[in-house]
Amino acid sequence: MDDVWAALGTAEFAHIVGLSLTVSLSATALAAVVGLPCGAALAICRFPGRQFLILLANAFLGLPPVVVGLTLYLMLSRSGPLGALALLFTPSAVVIAQALLAAPIITALTHRAIEEPWQEYGGALRVDGATRWRSIRVLLAIARRSVLTAVLAGFGRTISEVGAVLIVGGNIAGYTRIMTTAIVLKTSEGELGLALGLGLVLIGISIAVSASAFVLWER
Amino acid sequence: MKLRQFSLLLFIALVARASIAAGQPAPQSIILASTTSVENSGLLAHILPAFIKETGITVHVLAQGTGQALETAARDDADLVLVHDPEAEEKFIAAGDGIDRQQIAWNDFIVVGPRSDPAHIAGTHDAVAALTSIASAQAPFVSRGDKSGTDALEHRLWRVAEIDPAKAGGGSWYRNIGGGMGAALNAAQAMNAYTISDRGTWLSFGNKSDLTVLVEGDPRLLNRYDVILLNPAKHPVPKQALARRFAHWLVSPEGQAAIGAYEVHGEQLFHPSAATPR
Repeated sequence: MDDVWAALGTAEFAHIVGLSLTVSLSATALAAVVGLPCGAALAICRFPGRQFLILLANAFLGLPPVVVGLTLYLMLSRSGPLGALALLFTPSAVVIAQALLAAPIITALTHRAIEEPWQEYGGALRVDGATRWRSIRVLLAIARRSVLTAVLAGFGRTISEVGAVLIVGGNIAGYTRIMTTAIVLKTSEGELGLALGLGLVLIGISIAVSASAFVLWER
Repeated sequence: MKLRQFSLLLFIALVARASIAAGQPAPQSIILASTTSVENSGLLAHILPAFIKETGITVHVLAQGTGQALETAARDDADLVLVHDPEAEEKFIAAGDGIDRQQIAWNDFIVVGPRSDPAHIAGTHDAVAALTSIASAQAPFVSRGDKSGTDALEHRLWRVAEIDPAKAGGGSWYRNIGGGMGAALNAAQAMNAYTISDRGTWLSFGNKSDLTVLVEGDPRLLNRYDVILLNPAKHPVPKQALARRFAHWLVSPEGQAAIGAYEVHGEQLFHPSAATPR
């Protein structure tokens, strides 16, 4: 147990925790910037193919991370179509993979969260002459609690993800190694106590982020 | 409203900052595609600081199986490889992907298994005879099944023994887990099974429990580690010169001394052999 405590106090470990938080918060932010307006638009706009997009967003709630990782790997590989960007095996690749997985979750849950207030206040907003964009902003504000849950669900996906980030990040020590991939590594090294310790810290971080989001949002 | 706009701005700033910081790899860095045995045993973490100090070149290490490492390099996603499967390496070079193969170190493979040893192989020195005993006793055996160097060695031994383990005796004793060395050792420990490990991973493995070394000392269990550069004719990767510098350092007296000095629990894990390849 002393070993575990010693390992958790190192600079290497601090880097892993810092990187985990940075990439997952960045990925969640990216996914929210795309997912919130898209989810709201799906609730209030009427256009051909809308039902299909709603179905797609909901189906992608269960998007298999390894498939996303493999596809992204083939895209970002130096011999792939986006190879010139030199993003493979960098923290940016990890952010992209996590954002791709979180975006459908935020979109689908935001759509559900906005549907009801839109039925309730949509008429009033239209009478008011509100533009679509303004309606989206007002409705997101009304449904802010459910929207927060949507964003936190997206964050939960990013911070706990391992399959895709292992493929596109490469689990490089001091560069793309994050909490989840470190746990996989420690398990494979037979350091089960340390792996479990890292797991508990990861859960603690998840709880801390959710709690801070609630406090900030409810103020 | 104010708060949300503020947090949105904060988010965007954070993303922009993270992507700028993250998108630029450290100046002077190369990607080494290597095997789990050299990375997870701690060897590279032990020797790389000296190289970085001397040259300022950061080495990002991918710990993959030999098969996957060669595939990564063939796709231009790594700048050089450090692997341990002579047959796969020769194919890689014959295909025009690799050049300038140099042996940097060796150690050995070992057959590990439960102390109860149902196949009675403890203390013997013939790996092929040991595998034959395991197969006829139908004792549980964990195979990597991941095209790594260790997996390739295991299959070579079965071929010499003229046994197809997946078919012999219904195959329920032969468990192909499709995982890395650590995963195979964890599985063998949990299932009281035999498996073949490289010595480096075994010595640094922390969950041995009832597992112990049963067979060692067969010349066929020699484990050689080679560094291979990419052929610039086929792979015009921009970091060729940096990769070459690292390969040169590995076989230089400084690099070789660093490799030889690495110990776990007082045991030397890798024997430097650039001057006298085995």
